[in-house]
Amino acid sequence: MSNFEFPSSIVSRPVYGTFEARPGHSHLFIADAEGAAAILDFAGSNQSVMATSHIIYIPKDCGDKYVKQLEALNASQLYVGPTYPAAMSRINHVLANAHMGIQIYLSGTEGLMSETRTAAMAAGASLDSIQLEHRGSLSRRMQCVHCKGITEDVITDPYVCSHCGLNLFVRDHYSERLGVFQGVRVDAEDHGNVPDAVELYK
Amino acid sequence: MSAGAEKIAVTVSEKVVLNDLVTRFQFKRTDGGSFPAFSGGAHTVIEMKDGDMTRLNPYSLMSNPLTPEFYEVSIRRDSEGRGGSMFMHDQVNVGDEMVLSYPVNLFSLDLRARKQLLIAGGIGITPFIAQIKQMSLMSGNFELHYSVRTKSLGSYVDDLTDQHPNNVHIYYDDQDQQIELEHLLSGQPLGTHVYVCGPKGMINWVRSTAESLGWPESSIHFEEFLAPQSGKPFSATLAKSNVTVDVGEHESLLEAIERAGVDAPYLCRGGACGQCETRVIEHDGDIKHHDHWLEDEERACGDKIMPCVSRFEGKTLVLDR
Ligand code: FES
Repeated sequence: MSNFEFPSSIVSRPVYGTFEARPGHSHLFIADAEGAAAILDFAGSNQSVMATSHIIYIPKDCGDKYVKQLEALNASQLYVGPTYPAAMSRINHVLANAHMGIQIYLSGTEGLMSETRTAAMAAGASLDSIQLEHRGSLSRRMQCVHCKGITEDVITDPYVCSHCGLNLFVRDHYSERLGVFQGVRVDAEDHGNVPDAVELYK
Repeated sequence: MSAGAEKIAVTVSEKVVLNDLVTRFQFKRTDGGSFPAFSGGAHTVIEMKDGDMTRLNPYSLMSNPLTPEFYEVSIRRDSEGRGGSMFMHDQVNVGDEMVLSYPVNLFSLDLRARKQLLIAGGIGITPFIAQIKQMSLMSGNFELHYSVRTKSLGSYVDDLTDQHPNNVHIYYDDQDQQIELEHLLSGQPLGTHVYVCGPKGMINWVRSTAESLGWPESSIHFEEFLAPQSGKPFSATLAKSNVTVDVGEHESLLEAIERAGVDAPYLCRGGACGQCETRVIEHDGDIKHHDHWLEDEERACGDKIMPCVSRFEGKTLVLDR
């Protein structure tokens, strides 16, 4: 379970829930790191769904922690890949060939859920066919509003843009279309005056 | 403020009998101007003055949405209804002056869809005709599955199959042809939206089949206008306006309210849009809910009524109007 209570003040942020069973001829699970636990919990009470499920998992810093258990689910397909970019061509292929009636389940970090949700929507999936369950890290996927570069797994505010190097303030403004929070130069008025970085949500 | 209040004075410019059941009417503006453009799926409410009775019935517009020199509707003769369609068929002729409402769309295409899957039964074809005209101009990706009783009763079958031979599929009841719905819905690419218009049974069939196959609710669209049903006469007190109206056997509560000169909101007049929802202040008797707007709990609670289609049996009914 993700025990973190996301602050309700951010209205633009998606609502993260707990996976529920829905009818459908095929089920696509995409998870990173601790997100595997959401799949395991769901499968525990919905074993029959696994026969028509495709699981795509990126363990990140969880390493082998969940891989054996995922294998034991006997999903119709299981793919474990090293990084999101490595898994991307598979994800896009699955989405491009998907039919109406597919159910999509995304779990793990906010960044993974955001990126895959954006990819699913671009492939034509509607929001109400996509379920999100947050697990693990509270890091954010951030876009620099100046250079547009996206920095993954941001855990401090402010942070340094991994593309242009500016010091960016972490805004509570989530873009559903892009699947990112926005980062704005923190020392725009007074160059060099950068407050100390604090860990997000602490 | 009645949202349907914007009116257009028109003259009947064509009346074409298509088959035993369906007649098409064309209207031009009496002032010679052009009509507001609309989007496919929109309806207009036709005012029918039949002696001292005024009926206001909604019909889907089927003319080209983007070239509105005229509006067209196709009306199916319904000998069991309250008489609106019979009035149009039997008493309205070319040259007659009538009044139409501005178009309102409760059944528009979701233009984010990758593909539009249209399913029609009988006269339910009319909103799709305007939508197909709209999509042809925008090169939209669509497929129409149209079920009709017989060849001779298949309104617009020939036009549709001539113009869109690859997109249109016709099913004839009398030849035992049926839409293979499960197969059809299961094979649709991600991003398809389904639209259904036709008899109640068909709408329920498509909705429940799609839901059971895992189609998300936001991709399922339907339009069902309920004609107001006749029933026992009753009276209703309008608290704000301080009048009591008597609702006749073949009249709707909304029509009776309007007849009393009280302005009441509406859009669809068919129990679908929610616009006419009215608070019930007090009632002693049974509210006969006929709409498909209110939730079951709201019905059970008895503090709301949809006057365009619902009725009442009992002693007192007091409305917040
Ligand atoms: S007018 Fe639309 S529900 Fe009554």
